[in-house]
Amino acid sequence: MSQADGVLRRRPLWSLGLLRSEIGMTFRRWRTLALLAVLAGVPVLVGIAVKIETGDGGSAGGGGGEGGPAFLSQITNNGLFLVFTSLAMTLPFFLPMSIGVIAGDSIAGEATAGTLRYLLVAPAGRTRLLLVKYATTMTFCLVGTLVVALSALLTGAVLFPLGDVTLLSGTSVSFGEGLLRALAIACVVALSLIGVAAVGLFISTLTTSGIAAMATTVGLLITVQILDTIPQLDAIQPYLFPHYWLSFADLLRDPVYWDQLQKNLGLQALYAVVFGSAAWARFTTRDITA
Amino acid sequence: MPQPAAAGPAREHRPAGDRVIETRGLTKAYRGGQLAVDGLDLAVPRGSVFGFLGPNGSGKTTTIRMLMGLIEPTAGSARVLGQPMPGAGRRVLPKVGALIEGPALYGFLSGRDNLWRFDAADPTADPRTRAERVGRAVERVGLAAAAGKKARAYSLGMKQRLGLAAALLQPRELLVLDEPTNGLDPQGMREIRALVRELAADGTTVFLSSHLLDEIEQVCTHAAVMARGRLITQGTVADLSATVLGSRGLGRLTVTTPDTADAVRVLKEQGVTDLEVTEDRVTGELPSEPSPQGHQNPATSPDSPLSSDSPLSPDSLELADLNAALVHAGVRVRAFGTERASLEDVFVHLTGEGFDVAG
Repeated sequence: MSQADGVLRRRPLWSLGLLRSEIGMTFRRWRTLALLAVLAGVPVLVGIAVKIETGDGGSAGGGGGEGGPAFLSQITNNGLFLVFTSLAMTLPFFLPMSIGVIAGDSIAGEATAGTLRYLLVAPAGRTRLLLVKYATTMTFCLVGTLVVALSALLTGAVLFPLGDVTLLSGTSVSFGEGLLRALAIACVVALSLIGVAAVGLFISTLTTSGIAAMATTVGLLITVQILDTIPQLDAIQPYLFPHYWLSFADLLRDPVYWDQLQKNLGLQALYAVVFGSAAWARFTTRDITA
Repeated sequence: MPQPAAAGPAREHRPAGDRVIETRGLTKAYRGGQLAVDGLDLAVPRGSVFGFLGPNGSGKTTTIRMLMGLIEPTAGSARVLGQPMPGAGRRVLPKVGALIEGPALYGFLSGRDNLWRFDAADPTADPRTRAERVGRAVERVGLAAAAGKKARAYSLGMKQRLGLAAALLQPRELLVLDEPTNGLDPQGMREIRALVRELAADGTTVFLSSHLLDEIEQVCTHAAVMARGRLITQGTVADLSATVLGSRGLGRLTVTTPDTADAVRVLKEQGVTDLEVTEDRVTGELPSEPSPQGHQNPATSPDSPLSSDSPLSPDSLELADLNAALVHAGVRVRAFGTERASLEDVFVHLTGEGFDVAG
């Protein structure tokens, strides 16, 4: 009883222990691994498709969709472009969808399993648990993006030649600098997902059904993506979280165009603040009945 | 931040420190205005094994959730270990082990990893001793052999044990166990009861909710009875049964005999009322003389233990006379005695309804 009688001291680094437990648990789930496998598979499929098409002697056509940068035709010259192409292809849907699954499930999934009540009486603390969940989701954003980039880099290196990189503005930089820019792009892509992660976390605090939270987040993502393409709605489009996503291509210019990049990051920060606060307000006052 | 002298001007002669749980007017209304818990004044003395009794839907779990800071009371206040909840949850909850509405586990983790997870969520838990504490907890609930298995492969009884193990990861001042023997086989139930007694002997207060009357009867020193969100009564188990014993004299007389018709006739002559026959059993109310244990004041018979077969003094003579009368009349008696007053009797008496009726 000696410990119980005395003042129980909180350990200053305890939050890190909880974060480590959370991250470890997230990445041990089959669902997380399956999501990462899907993300890793996209660049391989794209790479093989390009290889087959150009194997016939024709040239790979088109660009990466409307508004997207035309990286596809460059892949046959330089495998590094598979990284840019893959990120441009996964950013509109695959990446945010997987973030939606992780973020949507974060609180609601624990509620569904009933483990939320045991974490809270442990007591993990509601604010701290929310922060840990958000940090874990952000970790997944980074890992997911890096998985896409690395898979693309490996596939590109195997299927295509590597070499100096011709930037969108026409100038040429060394392969080394190209790699650095690829890394920077991966980081920007990961940061672009902050907004959707915050929205997912908020939705997750609203319900006790993990599936419902995931489906709502992903549904919302699709809706917003559609709204972003309707020209009549251009008044609200600058406030939609995916609006500046493809601005990462501006990192491939010389000099770099910062304008859209900054708008993107500012918008993501705004979403993080607004929906993070909403999630906090909701979660710290909610009755845990599950 | 202790509330400004909320202990109040000594409304009881006992200091507030004696109470591990104390609620005043605790009320929870859910959406639609239905009261799940209605003005609860609960007092759990330190060191007791406190049985929290009531049918399903009577507000037990809602009360426990309010005590653990999971839901906010609509009105009233709750103090746990002398501090207000949910405000002081950070300081109080590490000293409380809880099993709330059944176990909840991560199916994809092993039993041991589940405990690691819950321990990591406790800000006061030392990660250096975690492996050892987890090992001891698993040992204590008899789950050592299965601790490496994935929790999704566990039976309900095993999950229940693992939930208990999580509550025992640290030394606790208070254990809140909501239906702890749910899903256990009789052997498991006995083990849990033994564990509860052992913990109580170590000085841990145990707050045990159950709808199983005999479970409460077997391990608890105190009990409270809830029905439809209200507290019907609380006190020592002995006092509660005395309330019933007092009002009913010795309880119902039960005679087992093949000659039920004759038995009924003889007993009626002897003044036994409310006779009922079921197969070979005849039961009835003993003639209620102005007994010394008037139900107006149950405290006068504080020693009558709940589960005794009540061979109480002045009436026992009369019981013997009854039996003699039966035998004289040629009634063959197989068994003869009074039914003990159980908590079930207490409950039915207090609520005027069957125990299984949900509020």
